Amino acid sequence: MRVRHAALDIFSRRHRYHPLEALPWAAAVAAYVVFPSYLPLGAQILATILFALSADLVLGYAGIVTLGHAAFFGTGAYTAGILEANGWGEPITGLLAGALAAALIGLVSGLVVLRTTGLTLLMQTLVVATLLYETANKASSITGGDDGLQGMVVWPIFGLFRFDMFGRTAYVYCLVVLFVCWWVARHIVHSPFGRSLTGIRENVLRMHAIGAPVVRRRLVIYTISAGFAGIAGALIAQTTQFVGLTTLSLERSGGVLIMLIIGGVGRLYGAFIGVPLYMIAQNRFSEIEPVYWYFWIGLLMVIVVVFARGGVLGLLDRLRR
Amino acid sequence: MTPPAQAPPPQDGPAALETRGLCKSFGALQVAASIDFRLERGARHALIGPNGAGKTSFVNLVTGALPPSAGRILVDGADVTDLTQAARVKRGLARTFQINALFRRLSALENVTLAIAEREGVADDVLRPAGRHRRVIEEGFALLETLGLADDALNPVNTLAYGRQRLIEIAVALGLAPKVLLLDEPAAGVPSSETGLVADVVERLPADIAVLIIDHDMDLVFRLARRITVMVEGRILVEGPPEAIAGDPRVRQVYLGERAHR
Repeated sequence: MRVRHAALDIFSRRHRYHPLEALPWAAAVAAYVVFPSYLPLGAQILATILFALSADLVLGYAGIVTLGHAAFFGTGAYTAGILEANGWGEPITGLLAGALAAALIGLVSGLVVLRTTGLTLLMQTLVVATLLYETANKASSITGGDDGLQGMVVWPIFGLFRFDMFGRTAYVYCLVVLFVCWWVARHIVHSPFGRSLTGIRENVLRMHAIGAPVVRRRLVIYTISAGFAGIAGALIAQTTQFVGLTTLSLERSGGVLIMLIIGGVGRLYGAFIGVPLYMIAQNRFSEIEPVYWYFWIGLLMVIVVVFARGGVLGLLDRLRR
Repeated sequence: MTPPAQAPPPQDGPAALETRGLCKSFGALQVAASIDFRLERGARHALIGPNGAGKTSFVNLVTGALPPSAGRILVDGADVTDLTQAARVKRGLARTFQINALFRRLSALENVTLAIAEREGVADDVLRPAGRHRRVIEEGFALLETLGLADDALNPVNTLAYGRQRLIEIAVALGLAPKVLLLDEPAAGVPSSETGLVADVVERLPADIAVLIIDHDMDLVFRLARRITVMVEGRILVEGPPEAIAGDPRVRQVYLGERAHR
């Protein structure tokens, strides 16, 4: 009887907050105080964490291996950017517009892409991102094409908080948006829907056999994830007041996967470790070694793959046991 | 010696599962050649036959994993031939797999609650945490308890002995509260010392579930089945009670004989 209750309780309480989950937020607040001159970089890191978190929902939870997640990031960035370059600079609605546009692209492309699996799926996600990239490139009258989108004017948040040149507002803005999105994502992964996604990742054959609507579930999480990626893109657009073609590039899609893998996939917190690690390393290396910094990033990647499979979080897990 | 009667004993009402003229071909290879089969309610029925006889294909056709070339499939008298796999599960049709198809890195309890959540229709819920669906969890735990798996409830299934994994394979299907349970080689890969564990579980299944056991293990089949169908090259060769099957010269020739020579 004691065994029974212990097991049931542990299982029923897995969604409760663990004290360690406060750590990323404490670190983010501390960084604001300790590194005031790095806040613009900090804001970019926070937005990129959100992007990686959105990738984790599809890759880590639903097991959808994508190489085209930048399609949604870029869609969000351009949507917010184009609005703001054309006279509508209200940031919150800009974010929402970016989320909706990206989610719509996710839904429509997901209807096609998610019919396949494995390498075919990978190639198709790549195709979607490339199509959008070229569209943005050609439509230069709207997007600025190769030169990027400029002339964005972002209004103060709630009409009160002006985006300052030190990046204070941008940092806090990104932090709050990330927090809200993380809270929603955490809810999703701990819900029965989220659990069923892990089931799809672990054994899609069996999910079919227990009567799960696998195709629909994958489409739903793909759309949600696209929406989050769109918000991340819109954040970058608003805080840097620039949108370039790289927001839709293969580099962006691959980069976010690398950061996620460094942190740990399918854990919700991999993004919070991998992204700062990668971006801070990139920032440091490029200052120390402006020409060869990619070599060091590559070396970091090799070390993770060889010694820390499952990323930093996977390594910590093994050390704990 | 005359072969035993092909037709099953007449029963009232529709069979738990029935196929009529079920056909499936892959090019020239015919894996199901007009199979007429009845699985009565509460049956303990075995489907045996040499490798490549089409046993697993039959399971895949019945569950909807494979579309048939011709023929009808009925569950409890209702035609399910045009229904999706998921819809057939809702009608009470569950299966296990010859090679474990489990959520390997998830706990035993998670494995069964995934199935129960699907059955209960709560698996699309994104608002409430899974841990708050207490009824689902308690049912899952009770199910593991009845199979003697309670101690492993929180262990990832890939850390369990293979014999116990085979039991979880059955537990996941039972989580669907099936009317018809198709066990595809339930003891496959289990060391002979542990085969009894699997047999015990199958023996103790609720009497109202119609069970079809597909297996090579003759001891297991003759212990569990009250009726046996022998399949060869996509056709039903003969069907009857175990004694009749054991004594049938054709069965000896194609199947039992082959085993006896090993």
